[in-house]
Amino acid sequence: MSKSIDLTLKVWRQAGPKDKGHFETLRAQNISTEMSFLEMLDVVNDQLTLDGKEPIAFDSDCREGICGMCGAVINGRPHGPLKATTLCQLHMRHFNSGDVIAIEPFRAMAFKVIKDLVIDRSAFDQIIQAGGFVSVNTGGAPDANAVPIAQDQVESAMDAAQCISCGACVAACPNASAMLFVSANVSHLALLPQGQPEAARRAIAMVREMDRQGFGNCSNETECEAECPKSISISNIARLNRQFYRASLASSVK
Amino acid sequence: MLLDGKIPAGPLAEKWDRHRFELKLVNPANKRKFDIIVVGTGLGGGSAAASLAEMGYNVKAFCFQDSPRRAHSIAAQGGINAAKNYPNDGDSIRRLFYDTIKGGDFRAREANVYRLAQVSNAIIDHCVAQGIPFAREYGGLLANRSFGGAQVSRTFYARGQTGQQLLLGAYRSLMRQVAAGKVQMFARREMLDVVLVNGHAKGIVVRNLITGQLERYAADAVVLATGGYGNAFFLSTNAMGSNVTAAYRAYMKGALFANPCFTQIHPTCIPVHGDYQSKLTLMSESLRNDGRVWVPKNPGDKRPANQIPESERDYYLERKYPSFGNLVPRDVASRNAKAQCDEGKGVGDTALAVYLDFADAIKRDGRDTIARKYGNLFEMYDKITGENPYTTPMMIYPAVHYTMGGLWVDYNLMSNIPGLFVLGEANFSDHGANRLGASALMQGLADGYFVLPYTIGGYLVGSPKETLSTSKAPFEEAERGVQARIDKLMAVQGKRTVDDFHRQLGLILWDHCGMSRNNAGLEKARGMVQELRAEFWQNVKVPGTTADLNQSLERAGRVADFLEFAELLLIDALHRQESCGGHFNEAYQTPENEALRNDEEYCHVAAWEYKGIGQDPEFHKEPLTFENVQLTQRSYK
Ligand SMILES: Cc1cc2nc3c(=O)[nH]c(=O)nc-3n(C[C@H](O)[C@H](O)[C@H](O)COP(=O)(O)OP(=O)(O)OC[C@H]3O[C@@H](n4cnc5c(N)ncnc54)[C@H](O)[C@@H]3O)c2cc1C
Ligand code: FES
Repeated sequence: MSKSIDLTLKVWRQAGPKDKGHFETLRAQNISTEMSFLEMLDVVNDQLTLDGKEPIAFDSDCREGICGMCGAVINGRPHGPLKATTLCQLHMRHFNSGDVIAIEPFRAMAFKVIKDLVIDRSAFDQIIQAGGFVSVNTGGAPDANAVPIAQDQVESAMDAAQCISCGACVAACPNASAMLFVSANVSHLALLPQGQPEAARRAIAMVREMDRQGFGNCSNETECEAECPKSISISNIARLNRQFYRASLASSVK
Repeated sequence: MLLDGKIPAGPLAEKWDRHRFELKLVNPANKRKFDIIVVGTGLGGGSAAASLAEMGYNVKAFCFQDSPRRAHSIAAQGGINAAKNYPNDGDSIRRLFYDTIKGGDFRAREANVYRLAQVSNAIIDHCVAQGIPFAREYGGLLANRSFGGAQVSRTFYARGQTGQQLLLGAYRSLMRQVAAGKVQMFARREMLDVVLVNGHAKGIVVRNLITGQLERYAADAVVLATGGYGNAFFLSTNAMGSNVTAAYRAYMKGALFANPCFTQIHPTCIPVHGDYQSKLTLMSESLRNDGRVWVPKNPGDKRPANQIPESERDYYLERKYPSFGNLVPRDVASRNAKAQCDEGKGVGDTALAVYLDFADAIKRDGRDTIARKYGNLFEMYDKITGENPYTTPMMIYPAVHYTMGGLWVDYNLMSNIPGLFVLGEANFSDHGANRLGASALMQGLADGYFVLPYTIGGYLVGSPKETLSTSKAPFEEAERGVQARIDKLMAVQGKRTVDDFHRQLGLILWDHCGMSRNNAGLEKARGMVQELRAEFWQNVKVPGTTADLNQSLERAGRVADFLEFAELLLIDALHRQESCGGHFNEAYQTPENEALRNDEEYCHVAAWEYKGIGQDPEFHKEPLTFENVQLTQRSYK
């Protein structure tokens, strides 16, 4: 059943990329426990607006946990305390009246803050541009059933393909590495026959681009898996590493 | 004026083939001389931008999210249709065509729908080649499931995330073309006007959402694939940023808006829980494959579901529609849910919900099988409501979901403005008065992968080539107009927030132009919208400045457009004095309360021409002729 709670928020405010930024303390009162976390922020923003202040800038779009647009670090945890849950799907019934909640943007060298909680994740798009695709043009495909694929194989590919590109893995990693993101994308395609021809080239190109974008190295901290809202497994990283070393040894890709 | 849909001559099955042959081709070496703007990177725009670039055109692609991969197509859950007939249950191109025409209550163009069915199979082939992990059977071949309005199993799916996987396929192809230098991607840009040069669409004005600067882009043709306008109702299953702005701005520039009152209310969404609510969440229609819809037989029965014995439950869809049962089309399912609640049989705190129960399916197939099919949906439901659908029946209620209406386009997907093409949910073309489940993904990808890339060539070869420049007078003028409107929004500094206005507009439309409509209510709503709009411009409060990221300003612009567009929606609903599909006027129903069409007078597309704010738009008619199907009263008994 729904009830109301009162909270204290410590929200990161930063006017722009060049601003130093600071925490601002705000009150969130009379918050229904049926609300989502972002709806709670909507209510706070309405009040700020009416008080003549600037509302908190934060990204969201689908609010169903699938577009990957939302995300912030809540009391030290990307997307908040609930396992396998994006911020937009976190509901206020998981908080208690009187709680103090710290809200900060995902931080990483490769993700600069645009304003308040809004960050620039275009580095992810550039990693995909480096090779995260199958090179087929529209029009020439064989019949969809021409190549049977074992059910469990497709299911594993789908497990990896669920990545929503939110950046929580990077924010969770002490090295700000993007290995979980890269490995999920590499694994998804490597697990399917359609992705095989370019598998080696893809792995090498994407890892190199990741380095170029300023993401850190993976040192098996495993925080990424724990915080991933889609429960992407770090076994993908092991798969990527195998693929990468095999490819580096054998490949003509320089 | 009678509109010409430019439907090619010849027998239905040969039209598309013949048309492609007759279209002039752009010489491969010449394609690189043409620039094309694609606004929107969902299934419609993403697939078009990638395919056009593969063919050699120079593409500039735009979206308002931070990445093209976040278009709202990503949220589609259930699946995509195709006429593959892999299950060997009697499907065919003709059957998919017929089901779609009938599902749309005979208010779509035969030729378009037939072409859609024809290209549906190539979509699946292409998507598999891109590495989309569609569900498979043990033997490794593709699996199918059933969706509403069909008696065959023709829906391909990737768990409950089909839209995500299809969109990521298009996105990867798009990224490949960005890397190849054929697509320039402009994210976090909002299109605020189309620019016409000598009557042809030759560019756009966008706001850079990070810097606040207005930017101009020129091209030889402009493609809009900016999604649906369901957010006119405030609460819908659409994303927060989904808008009518791009389409409405084109309408203000002279593009006709067709059938705006054809809106789809989806029967299975999580019910509203409070007035702070920002959106509604869909529970995929695929759930109706295994879930049984019921309410208590006795009005006001407040016992928990598990204490209501079988004999006191009414599985009303199975009872009223024995052959389609729980899989009747969406409009029928939604109206029936409303009718049950109107009779006082609604369940839950608000009594505005019905049960969707999986107990029998779990008993029959086991929990694991059900979890494999719907696990992520059950989880989502649990997260939002705090209840576990494996043990307690889901509660669902209809919500605004999809808009069949949109900018008017001809068979080539070109609007009445030469050089302005419209794809995906933003156009009106294929779903008539009601869209069948799993057909929007099919249409978006058909438009973008397989239709527009051919038809746009016909336009490019057939029209004079202009030098591309953004310093021409029409660009100046468009930018000035956009700037003036932004300044006007900032200048009001009233006392109500943007969302407050939006919420009120949504309620007006939901109450008077939702699942059932009547003339008095529509008239009344029109007055209410006019008043609200007047108040908006006196009393809205937009904080911040125009020179950086200002999300309130973005929303204010969208809501200002919804406030004008809402009136058009109501005008169209008043015009259509019949019931068909999602448009249900209480005055026109069969004795069994089904939608009663009036084919004599309303077998047409209603397309509206802008005449100024507060002025009545001008009506244009495209008569619909049916040569291959018999118009019948839809029956799902
Ligand atoms: C929750 C949900 C589930 C669904 N499930 C299914 C399903 O299972 N099967 C099915 O067939 N259909 C389904 N649908 C319908 C289907 O997903 C959509 O109709 C379809 O994906 C729309 O694609 P689109 O490319 O037209 O638009 P969208 O995917 O909405 O993309 C719109 C694009 O336009 C851009 N844009 C919009 N306005 C502007 C502007 N002013 N300036 C710049 N860019 C702009 C956006 O950034 C975005 O890139 C579902 C819809 C919803 C909401
Ligand atoms: S808003 Fe889309 S994942 Fe949270």
